[in-house]
Amino acid sequence: MAPRVQASGALRPVLGDGLLLKLITQRLGLGILTLFAASVLIFAGTEILPGDLASAILANNATPENLAALRLELGLDRPAILRFGEWLFGALRGDFGHSLANGRDVLEEVAPRFGNTMFLAAYAAVVAVPLAVILGLIAAIRQGGVYDRLVNLFTLMTISVPEYFLAYILIKYFAVGLGWFPSLANVSPDSSFSDRLYYAFLPMLTLVLVIVAHMMRMTRASVLSVMASPYIEMAILKGLRKSRIVVRHALPNALAPIISVIALNLAYLIVGVVVVEAVFVYPGLGQLMVDAVSKHDVPMVQACGMIFAATFILLNMTADILAILSNPRLRQPR
Amino acid sequence: MRLFGSKVTVAAQIGLAIIAINLLVAVLAPLIAPFDQAEVIGDAWADPDAQHWLGLDNLGRDLFSRLIYGARLSIGLSLVITALSFTIGIIAGFGASVAGGWVDMALSRLVDLLLSMPTLIFAFIILSVLGTALPVLIITIAILDSTKVFRLARAVAMNIVSLEFVEAARVRGEGWWWIITREILPNAVPPLVAEFGLRFCFTFLFIAALSFLGLGVQPPDADWGSMVKDYRDMINFGGAQPIYPAAAIAILTIGVNFVVDWMLSIHSRGQGEGA
Repeated sequence: MAPRVQASGALRPVLGDGLLLKLITQRLGLGILTLFAASVLIFAGTEILPGDLASAILANNATPENLAALRLELGLDRPAILRFGEWLFGALRGDFGHSLANGRDVLEEVAPRFGNTMFLAAYAAVVAVPLAVILGLIAAIRQGGVYDRLVNLFTLMTISVPEYFLAYILIKYFAVGLGWFPSLANVSPDSSFSDRLYYAFLPMLTLVLVIVAHMMRMTRASVLSVMASPYIEMAILKGLRKSRIVVRHALPNALAPIISVIALNLAYLIVGVVVVEAVFVYPGLGQLMVDAVSKHDVPMVQACGMIFAATFILLNMTADILAILSNPRLRQPR
Repeated sequence: MRLFGSKVTVAAQIGLAIIAINLLVAVLAPLIAPFDQAEVIGDAWADPDAQHWLGLDNLGRDLFSRLIYGARLSIGLSLVITALSFTIGIIAGFGASVAGGWVDMALSRLVDLLLSMPTLIFAFIILSVLGTALPVLIITIAILDSTKVFRLARAVAMNIVSLEFVEAARVRGEGWWWIITREILPNAVPPLVAEFGLRFCFTFLFIAALSFLGLGVQPPDADWGSMVKDYRDMINFGGAQPIYPAAAIAILTIGVNFVVDWMLSIHSRGQGEGA
């Protein structure tokens, strides 16, 4: 029998006995492993594929002589594992090298952009999550009605279309047509907080439209599937109001898949934000990475890729852990 | 109207119509487009008139014709990539489940790893080194997407022979051909077609997004994603030019999603109802 891991006093009510702690630790370990594997993939993708760093830098000016000279200078003749170790340990210290495009330190360029992107993502998440859960609950309460069917159709359409379609429609009617918001998000490092809220409003709205649709559908589906349980039937027979049944009795059990989907959508945000940033010319990490890719600026691409991957993996891992935590069955002592 | 033995909903009928129209336009493009996609006819951004239904674009080419040719490139490219990813995924998935053992484990771990990375970011990384020529795009996206097909194919292969009604049919004495066509396929086809539809949508949107960011199809080829990018400045003057190709993308993906949604809903009818 494996030794039982006891949770410390403060965490005992939540974590119960060892099983939960073990599962969470497993997930954390898996997350770190995945992070490491992602770093390998990113490094391999940029430095080991055919068409190496040197030819990417020299592009059309490559001759056999200056290719060889550059390779020697960059140390590309050393074994890949050595280079990978250097890059990884540098990255952990915050040293991602220098941009090939303008020679500046990569981390200096990336940090403010990352802040902007996180701001936009957080803005969208804070608005979208409560909205999605509430709308999903209403749709579940009024299942089968006109509201439900209309909303179903609308959300199916919203999740099918590309983000820039929604974005340009919003721009045409709210920015150019009504003039309420700017069509270009001119956020600069000294913008005030309320300025940022204003400039980022339309990008935020675009993102919200997409993720609200996903999360709302999942909320509705999950609640409805719980509604088919016998104890819900009992509550209905007891004469409770439908809305009370849905919120007090069905929702707590339906939470697990809902939370999963919320975390997954937050992970999607990391990627969706790239296109939205491009449409509104919002100075975020996505824009930076797109530029870096087209200029073959490998150190920048590696750094941006690593940050995006890390955030994505972190959010997926959180989704896993939250799903475990919110499943009451796993919290009962064996 | 009945298809696969189930009534087709209104939404699915609309979706099928949209798909049919798009496919026709893509195939017949050279015959129905009034002008060539790269032909410069007049001034940039000229207004629509009887000859040029949507006006001219940023280089004086007919927008409507470019929209038609764009269908060909966008849809064709996505179909090729989806077919390729399906092939790779199915071969790998079936192979993994048949080979079993460490082959299965190794492939599954590799797929899990690839799936744990955001696809767009990984595609960026590969494109930053290999460039954005069409073959590179096709192979990169096909391999990245095949990971999702792999999962489904492997699960299907694991299940397929041990299904109860297959066993029941064998006990009844039915021959293999009968079992495959009357028991397995009617249950396997809807989810497979639905999956193909979903993969197509994803690939289609993915290519369009890459092109919109300037990392996909390069000019002068007309492709809906890069058209949105080229025309984006006009939105500031209230022009709808970038919205036309974006709307074309949206309409097709909505259509496919309607059909896929319908297919997934008719399949949820229990395992024993094959015959």
